[in-house]
Amino acid sequence: MSFVFPEAMGFGEIFSLAVAAILVNNYILVQFLGCCSFFGVSKKTETAVGMGMAVIFVMALASAVSWAVWYFILKPLELEYMQTIAFILVIATLVQFVEMFMKKSMPALYQALGIFLPLITTNCAVLGAAITNIDNGYSFIGSVVYGVAAGIGYTLAIVIFASIRERLDATAKCPKCFEGFPIQLIAAALLAMSFMGFSGLHLPL
Amino acid sequence: MDFMKDLKNGVLLDNPVFMQTIGLCPTLATTTSLSNAIGMGVAATVILIASNIVISALRKFIPDKVRIAAFITVIAAFVTIVDLSLQAFIPSLAASLGLFLPLIVVNCIILGRAEAYASKNKVLPSAVDGVCMGLGFTFALVLMGFLRELLGAGTIAAGIIGAKGIQIPGLSAYPATVMILPAGGFLAMGFIFAALQYIMSKREGK
Repeated sequence: MSFVFPEAMGFGEIFSLAVAAILVNNYILVQFLGCCSFFGVSKKTETAVGMGMAVIFVMALASAVSWAVWYFILKPLELEYMQTIAFILVIATLVQFVEMFMKKSMPALYQALGIFLPLITTNCAVLGAAITNIDNGYSFIGSVVYGVAAGIGYTLAIVIFASIRERLDATAKCPKCFEGFPIQLIAAALLAMSFMGFSGLHLPL
Repeated sequence: MDFMKDLKNGVLLDNPVFMQTIGLCPTLATTTSLSNAIGMGVAATVILIASNIVISALRKFIPDKVRIAAFITVIAAFVTIVDLSLQAFIPSLAASLGLFLPLIVVNCIILGRAEAYASKNKVLPSAVDGVCMGLGFTFALVLMGFLRELLGAGTIAAGIIGAKGIQIPGLSAYPATVMILPAGGFLAMGFIFAALQYIMSKREGK
């Protein structure tokens, strides 16, 4: 059994990692991870904020736990091919535990975030972050920061989109065949185009 | 005859992407070209058929309370098999699908069919359901991939018919590159959904 951990990352490296995850490689608008919930729970800004917070929380936890599972269990036992199965089960149980723990000890927070928790298990953003951390060989701190930053990027996109949607539903006039889902997709396309501007940022990665 | 009806349901009337609007992430992310779209569609279809068969065969043994976890484990096993096989035999396709290959495990279509159909029906109908829904998903991916590649790169079927595919004169020299960028995915899908709503309102009007 040999333990090879990724090298520790400097502050500058971690900072550019975070900026890249929030803006340049935004999870929803650039990488298309978590699109289902992006359209599903973006009807009101408040619910979008709640969902965003829940995603940040679970992604940070899932990044930490999946990192530990990979480097302490799967790698030493040479079970790398079990990655997908192990990670999805870890995330599913983790979400279940968080839900139970919150219900007992933080009822106020549970009231706010609880309904979003079951949705998050099948949110591909969480599993995506866990796999990306391992693929890119991030350190433990780097993985947790990446999870939080990707969650912040998710929240940013979904909150902006929810605000646009509120205006869209209330005031915008559009051709009949574009009403509803199509015009939301077009709005998301314009939002994605504006995020393309960030790809010009040069980050020393 | 029955199979044809199921097929028509899966591909057109009850298409998972266009009618039920599920499985949007891979439909947006892996349709930058026709070859990627077909690769993703076939991979997902194989997994859907296999997981439908196994879940249907085990439906009497899986306790109701832990069924979702059991379904996910079965699906994850097949995803791993397909992932490793693609990496071994078609590494270029595995590389261009990237993260979305392991992420098939959280594709709502597969879990949705397991929950809604395979866990309540016999093995053979479940397999047929897997084929039909998988082909419906593939159809949606192919339509998106074809349109985006045509407008965004000016080619048809690059990587399938020769390395460069069929070049469209004019378009391939000055392609609308935005269509193969992330924004183009949302844009293409928006217009396809608008066209669908237009067609359906016409049909209802008659």
